Amino acid sequence: MGELARYLVLAALLFGIGLAGVLTRRNAIVVLIGIELMLNAANLNFIAFWRHGPHPEALTGVMFVLFAIAIAAAEAAVGLALVIAVYRHYRTTNLDQIEEMKG
Amino acid sequence: MQDILFYVFAALTLVCGFLVVANPISRSPVTSALFLVLTIVSLSGLFVLLHAFFLAAVQIVVYAGAALVLFLFVIMMLDLKAEERRRITRLGLIGGGLVAVAMAWLFRVVPREAALVASGPAHVEGSTPALGALLFTQYLLPFEAISLVLVAGMVGAILLSRKEPS
Amino acid sequence: MDLLERLTPIEQSVTFGALKVVGVFAIVMFLVAYAVLIERRVCAAIQDRIGPNRAGPFGLLQPLADAVKAFLKEDFMPAQAHPVYFWLAPALVMIPSLLVVAVIPFGSTLGNPDNRMVIADLNIGILYTFGIASLGVYGIVLAGYAARSKYPLMGGIRSGAQMISYEIAMGLSLIPLFLLVGDLNLGAVIDYQARGLFGWLIFKQPLAFAIFLVAAFAETNRLPFDMPEAEQELAGGYNIEYSSIKFALFFMAEYAHMIAASAMLVTLFFGGWTLPFFGLDQPASTFWGGLLHIGIFLAKLLAMMVLFVWVRWMWPRFRYDQLMALGWTRLVPLALGNIVVTALWLWLKAG
Repeated sequence: MGELARYLVLAALLFGIGLAGVLTRRNAIVVLIGIELMLNAANLNFIAFWRHGPHPEALTGVMFVLFAIAIAAAEAAVGLALVIAVYRHYRTTNLDQIEEMKG
Repeated sequence: MQDILFYVFAALTLVCGFLVVANPISRSPVTSALFLVLTIVSLSGLFVLLHAFFLAAVQIVVYAGAALVLFLFVIMMLDLKAEERRRITRLGLIGGGLVAVAMAWLFRVVPREAALVASGPAHVEGSTPALGALLFTQYLLPFEAISLVLVAGMVGAILLSRKEPS
Repeated sequence: MDLLERLTPIEQSVTFGALKVVGVFAIVMFLVAYAVLIERRVCAAIQDRIGPNRAGPFGLLQPLADAVKAFLKEDFMPAQAHPVYFWLAPALVMIPSLLVVAVIPFGSTLGNPDNRMVIADLNIGILYTFGIASLGVYGIVLAGYAARSKYPLMGGIRSGAQMISYEIAMGLSLIPLFLLVGDLNLGAVIDYQARGLFGWLIFKQPLAFAIFLVAAFAETNRLPFDMPEAEQELAGGYNIEYSSIKFALFFMAEYAHMIAASAMLVTLFFGGWTLPFFGLDQPASTFWGGLLHIGIFLAKLLAMMVLFVWVRWMWPRFRYDQLMALGWTRLVPLALGNIVVTALWLWLKAG
């Protein structure tokens, strides 16, 4: 496997793990944690492509990841605030029990 | 040396990542969050191997140092208990097996077909001054936008998590 | 020396690297032990007492006696505690402060000019220290959580929030320094300061020094910001359920943090291993010159540690809300203002 390909495989595996966590876990906070894993897998892809791409001097991949990390920080703050608000209302963070919107 | 380090960090990332979502011993959210910290740290090791030194530091300062502490704070304040396990159904087992086989096939085929390695590793460092210069010239607008996003996120978080006046 | 010259350059650098790691670790642990003695003697002098002077000449064996006592006490763990986290937390508090020391240049060169006295010469040195220091929060938060009891939990969340808050002021206070120096490498910071006494950054950036010093006190959880010991508020802090050597580890971690913070202060504001007299601000050419530089660094480090101890016994404690107000509404705006003023000054100077 090439230098780049193995980073991509690693990122894909990590993304898969994160996705599995989001789909199977019921605790809202663990779901958020799974989303963080997926974001990090994407970041790893960006860096690997930047390093092995044709124009590394443009730093595009690094820039992208920098912004992605900033967005992820904001996302974590808002997501956790939502979890707290939901917990206040339902007294649980188990996503299977929060089903008032189900038709 | 680089190869060995790559495999060490890759194995650490995958094992810790796996323990985040499917820990066989503990289903406590605190354990998940702590293994996510380890995943983040080993990922920043991979960033160092890819010569993105600044990002490796940012990854630890922002993710491990701030965002995940927030996760821990919330878990502890809400005093969340470990969730019970999901039963593994036959359908789930078959579906999961199929997905795994498909992914393994993709991993074998795609790197070969796509001729991914266009150029060898470049001799460009992710140097901090160059990054800063770009941030304030070419990427000025996204930079300003992201600060607005962060402010909005902060205000939103305060608003959402505040106790409703009764 | 013959043996050394027979090694290849790579083997030499590996050997020196290992020696530096072992040496720095030994010196830091030695300083941690004796910092406790210094603390007790200085405190006694301030309170017009004598202090511990029974174990050995001038009480010099006191750290040994303390260690033996800590080991022999009963190691108690509450029944409801989470055993793994309970064991992990004291170690997690200790490790970051030991790792921070890795990027501090503690001398110029020793022996040959390639043998620089810093364990890891990173070009993002200061970001590394912030990254590692921010991991220190985990030990504290985890210690509060592991005991499964409400006072440690609240103490842990308080101390964790305190550390995160003051990290912001600390990081912002250093930006003007790096605007001046133009490099994140700590070796470059020292080179910049090697231009006479008034080249030291404490004279160029006194405000940054003040903010960094206050934030360093908060980061080390020492008075005037020592919430873990505020008995009248929370029956103690994140460490109340700990006893014996685990408690001693929290205690030692406080001093290790203090040493790391002092080393940062010396490197960033007091010229590191340089002295502006007798040409001591240039890298040493001889072995003894190199040793002298290490000695200068250690002397400055000890002076900073005495400052930490002195402040502890002279100041009353801040209340928790005052502490947060100081951090967010005073130090952060001041640090931001300092950045703007420094940037404007540099811009005007450049024309």
